[in-house]
Amino acid sequence: MSDVVMAEIRKDYLYHLMLKGERADGRAFDEYREISLETGLIRKADGSALVRLGKTTVMVGVKIQPGEPFSDTPNKGVIITNAELVPLASPNFEPGPPNEVGIELARVVDRGVRESGAIDLESLCITPGEKVWIVFIDVHILDDCGNLMDASSLGAIAALMTATVPAAQYALGEDYPLPVKDVPVATTAVEFGDSVIFDPDTDEESVADTKLTVITTADGSICGMQKSRPGFISQDQIYRIVDIACERAKEIREKFLEV
Amino acid sequence: MIGMDEKLSFFKDGLRLDGRLPDELRPIKVEVGVLARADGSCYMEMGDNKVIAAVYGPREVHPRHLQEVTRAIVRYRYNMASFSVEERKRPGPDRRSYEVSKVSREALEPVILTSYFPRSVVDVFVEVLQADAGTRTAGINAASVALADAGIPMRSLISSCAAGKVDGEIVLDPMKLEDNFGEADVPIAMTPGGEITLLQMDGRLSKEELQRALELAKAGCQQIYEIQRKVLVDRYSHMDDAGSCDEAVAEEEI
Repeated sequence: MSDVVMAEIRKDYLYHLMLKGERADGRAFDEYREISLETGLIRKADGSALVRLGKTTVMVGVKIQPGEPFSDTPNKGVIITNAELVPLASPNFEPGPPNEVGIELARVVDRGVRESGAIDLESLCITPGEKVWIVFIDVHILDDCGNLMDASSLGAIAALMTATVPAAQYALGEDYPLPVKDVPVATTAVEFGDSVIFDPDTDEESVADTKLTVITTADGSICGMQKSRPGFISQDQIYRIVDIACERAKEIREKFLEV
Repeated sequence: MIGMDEKLSFFKDGLRLDGRLPDELRPIKVEVGVLARADGSCYMEMGDNKVIAAVYGPREVHPRHLQEVTRAIVRYRYNMASFSVEERKRPGPDRRSYEVSKVSREALEPVILTSYFPRSVVDVFVEVLQADAGTRTAGINAASVALADAGIPMRSLISSCAAGKVDGEIVLDPMKLEDNFGEADVPIAMTPGGEITLLQMDGRLSKEELQRALELAKAGCQQIYEIQRKVLVDRYSHMDDAGSCDEAVAEEEI
């Protein structure tokens, strides 16, 4: 949110707090806000999750429908991820087609799901070359209080893990749970001076120099990264963020996503 | 064309399918000042990638409401020609190119001294004429040279390349085949001082592999920096009094 208008004085305040090793809401630099996760709230969706990360609120709905495969992958299902930054969620969001922030968000969420191999696309094939399951992941931001990447990614995997393939509805056999083989978790940090702050709120995001999202899998490998916002980051800082990201992701995975 | 299911080996006697070593870049060709109308321009080939970058500005911002009172804004448009890829691409921006444009802009913006030009815009346009994996990095390299060619004040140049993982090995600057069937892709961009301004990753890597990938990509960026620097020095060191000079071309077989 580079265009967030924030008083210079607030920026100054956060900066001086940071020099003392503090954050405005009293968290440690690597501490997450409280996370809550509810699944299955939307009966009409095939999978859904409501994530709260502090006051940030994200609803993710999964719809699964039969459709045509891509011609270059005739025996693979399709994942389509979309993110809506609806104007109800922030004074900075406007109606209309997704802007680059929304597109980037959707593509990073998609990257986590796809590259971790969480969804076995070949198992979503119904008739090779003709019919496959298409998994639509729709991220609906309801309240943007910072760190949409982590909240949306968590919502996406939670919604997928609780999703049902609606086979009966299309006369394709019994309904069955969508098989999910890995649990990618995104962890985002912003760099602010020499400090690294995890799970930034909107104020911290708007004053940060740069931001790095690291997506890790259950076995501790990295399946996606995205630096966003202009600004520099050093190699050492990247390694530092990756190390802490792995720890935090493990905690989140154990607490919320244990099957 | 190699089929999807065919198991193919990416290495033969320690060399890659195109004869490169694991830590070797593809051949690079750079030309600066290739467009007459643009304020700065650059044509670049990295292997089979052919990209052209143009810079316009600093100039007036349209629409006006985008202007910033304390600095210039930077816009970056990455666009792929419909004929640049195997199967015709539908013309115009898609979601991928929006994302590439965003991260590329963010890769260059930190070195541009935008505070010198309040209320104005620096427009960077990158056209991909032929794509063979690594178009965003080629675009950033060309754009960086084009910005310098346009005389935009910058802290430094930006150099960019990717590292990937194929057959379990970390390699520099993956070409299309390695990218398609590889296990990971890590594009980065950095200043010659090693400050990273672009970092993306997809695929699957351990922490150690990530470190190796960053080290390789860093070494690649340093080689690219030398080429970018050389082509600019060549172009501007023998300028005549009227300010015009011949086109400079740098060709490197690395």
